[in-house]
Amino acid sequence: MVRYAVHRLLVAIPTLVVIVTIAFFLIRIAPGGPFDLERPLHPKVMEHLERIYQLDRPLHEQYLSYLRNLLAGDLGPSFYFRDFTVSELILSGLPISVQVGASALLLALGLGGLLGVAAALRQNTRSDYAVMTVATLGVTVPNFVVAPVLTLIIGLQLQLLPVGGWGKPGNYVLPIIALCLPQIAAIARLTRASMIEVLSSNFVRTARAKGLRESVTITRHAIRAAILPVVSYMGPAVANIITGSVVVEQIFSIPGIGRYFVQGSLNRDYTLVMGVTVFYGALIILCNLIADLLYGVLDPKVRYD
Amino acid sequence: MTATNLAVASGPEIRGRSLWADARTRFFRNKAAVTSLVIFVLIVFACYVVPYLGLRAPDDLGNYESWGAPDLESGYLLGTDANGRDLFVRTLYGGQISLLVGFTATMVSLVIGVIWGATAGFIGGRVDGFMMRIVDILYSMPFIFFVILLMVFFGRNIILLFVAIGAVEWLTMARIVRGQVMSLRRQEFIEACLSLGLSRRRIILRHMIPNVLGPIAVYTTLTIPAVMLLEAFLSFLGLGVQPPMSSWGLLIKEGAEMMEEAPWLLIYPGLLFSLTLFSLNFLGDGLRDALDPKASKD
Repeated sequence: MVRYAVHRLLVAIPTLVVIVTIAFFLIRIAPGGPFDLERPLHPKVMEHLERIYQLDRPLHEQYLSYLRNLLAGDLGPSFYFRDFTVSELILSGLPISVQVGASALLLALGLGGLLGVAAALRQNTRSDYAVMTVATLGVTVPNFVVAPVLTLIIGLQLQLLPVGGWGKPGNYVLPIIALCLPQIAAIARLTRASMIEVLSSNFVRTARAKGLRESVTITRHAIRAAILPVVSYMGPAVANIITGSVVVEQIFSIPGIGRYFVQGSLNRDYTLVMGVTVFYGALIILCNLIADLLYGVLDPKVRYD
Repeated sequence: MTATNLAVASGPEIRGRSLWADARTRFFRNKAAVTSLVIFVLIVFACYVVPYLGLRAPDDLGNYESWGAPDLESGYLLGTDANGRDLFVRTLYGGQISLLVGFTATMVSLVIGVIWGATAGFIGGRVDGFMMRIVDILYSMPFIFFVILLMVFFGRNIILLFVAIGAVEWLTMARIVRGQVMSLRRQEFIEACLSLGLSRRRIILRHMIPNVLGPIAVYTTLTIPAVMLLEAFLSFLGLGVQPPMSSWGLLIKEGAEMMEEAPWLLIYPGLLFSLTLFSLNFLGDGLRDALDPKASKD
């Protein structure tokens, strides 16, 4: 296991280089540039800007210098948010996105897991259907509907929580709810399906046959095996959610980093998009590695050799 | 059980039941699944047939007011949108796009994801490492640039939307299937298959995949709404469906912006969208239960 983890961490370096390379050229081949405006700039001004941001040099030179700077930990200046470096932008928004995202994920994991197990234990009864109907609602009602409805009802009509602004604890509640609803749904459904399968497997029958209490059978044996698909699902989901959501950030005016992924792309903010891509890539690699190691911990049948 | 045994012993005309026949019987005994099937067929019929039965065109501005509330007498069942277009007709046409995108992109992601994940998980070692690093790399790609490039090279084409969406949606499916297969690989029945000398291909297709159907079915039903909403997002950015065509996702998005002034613009497309997904969910669960190789024989 330790050898496997070390090996994977070593492989992460060339993987990241591949990600940087493909992303760099993908972004540059796309039409449009960071200084394209409705009214084109004067050619002289354009030339000047391109020289300042070193866009006038051949592409492969730019690529090599990007790699060199990246190794030194320098992600470059943002093209759109002038006066800010990409590292500053990411570091200032990241803690907020992580706080909101991680709370939403923990909540979703707890509630979703609980609902899924409960539904599986009462398969095809009314309570099962009720749980699954509620869970399904979580996926079918999209974020961009949940968020404004929440603001409208809880924020404006009941006046329970602040609608906009940022910084007070009350500001966190609505975005966390909006973020965690679809996750609860996904986790509950995955847990239910694999729990049903696990409950009919031989080792659960053995555990019951040797007279283990039902609660111990469920928590110690069944859930451990049943959680596997949820672990697979959570790997990329964690990376995705703690880097923020454009929609939720916009509606609740959260200063996180989710918006940079979309805005950066639309503004052709080359360095910003590269910065968030590298960061996201590293996070994906890390989360998937943790998920893979968890398989081994949870399920004795999974072995890395 | 005893009755069957006796029958086998006494009568030569008793034939074995195929797994498919078993599955069919089990499926049709499941009320929620059958109801869902009927509802889903009705929705498909409504979207693909009803609009051609002499209704208004989806871009017909008519002479009715903008943001008209639902009104039976004038024939605007679900009211009108900002341009005075019939919401009922637009919702049905939008369903064509949403169902098409949802179905095609989900199929693409299902096929690629399941085969990729099962192969990586079953073979393991270096092959697994290599295949899963490709997944990591694809996860990290800046999606919007990917879509923009597709549009640049192949022009504006709705098929590209399926390709683009399908290309990213299979990744999590592959990871889920791989995780399950890695756990199954050490079980006795797979060892039995190996000792019988079955080919890898056959073991993966006939023995691995049927045993991971549960998570596959669930994740598929989670993929369909994700795909439809991703389509709405791309269309919103101007990279997907173009007006006057629309889709459920786009209609809901437009409706959400107007929900205080014209709630019907959000409610009706939203209802149809939810109804479709509900029926697909229960349909998926029913199929999974029916196809479960471990289901009790009765």
